[in-house]
Amino acid sequence: MGNLDPLGLTRRGFMRVGGTLLAVAALPQKIWAAALRPETVFQTTTLEATFEALGGVPQVSDGIIFSTPDIAENGAVVPVRIEIDPSVLPDVSKLYVIVEKNPNPLAAVFQVPPNTQPYAETRVKVAQTGNLYAVAEANGELYMVQRETKVTLGGCGG
Amino acid sequence: MASRMRIRAQLKDDYCEVKALMRHPMETGMRKDQSGAAIPANFIEDVQVLHNDAVVVQAYWGAAVSANPFLGVRFKGGAPGDVVKVVWRDNRGDSGSGETTIR
Repeated sequence: MGNLDPLGLTRRGFMRVGGTLLAVAALPQKIWAAALRPETVFQTTTLEATFEALGGVPQVSDGIIFSTPDIAENGAVVPVRIEIDPSVLPDVSKLYVIVEKNPNPLAAVFQVPPNTQPYAETRVKVAQTGNLYAVAEANGELYMVQRETKVTLGGCGG
Repeated sequence: MASRMRIRAQLKDDYCEVKALMRHPMETGMRKDQSGAAIPANFIEDVQVLHNDAVVVQAYWGAAVSANPFLGVRFKGGAPGDVVKVVWRDNRGDSGSGETTIR
């Protein structure tokens, strides 16, 4: 087959590619967001691997205000809040919540366009006592703050 | 499913605060039921917050977000009466949404 086709695409293959492009074009609102879930980062199983997958160990920054409880009675529901002080850390476009001792440390990613405040609140599961990290990405650089949360009752399993 | 989300959008000083509570089991895939069989993973992977159809937050979640997830975000440029919507999709392809108007 192939030798009739300079691009190495069969007709069927070409239609498939065309269909994908159409599907992408039909989602204009997603384009700014780079449109993809960072699967490889979600699959990492150690804190070191998570940082490596993100692009390196972030610098510590006091422009990140990370609120977590010191002691969580129930590890299944631990409230976390990330705020950014834009006078210290401008142009933040992504926030990551990382739980050191979880089977997969990355818990959540929040991407924000320029008109949205880099701010996120959610509740996460924390398997056992350990550090929680808030990581912020600004202009391709990574910054972080860590906080320890003591867990009385683990967040995974019964 | 109609009552799957509670959502509120409120104008503060110079931003609009959105709070949403979704109904979802957020199963990690690591738990076992009473007979010892693994409970399959079922969690929200993708959440978008839209203000008048423009995406103001794109979130990606793992199974470590708590069951019946809470989301709080803040964006600028909202006005009373504008539509704010939260849309989610889970790893099985199920989806849900909730919408409200800014007050």
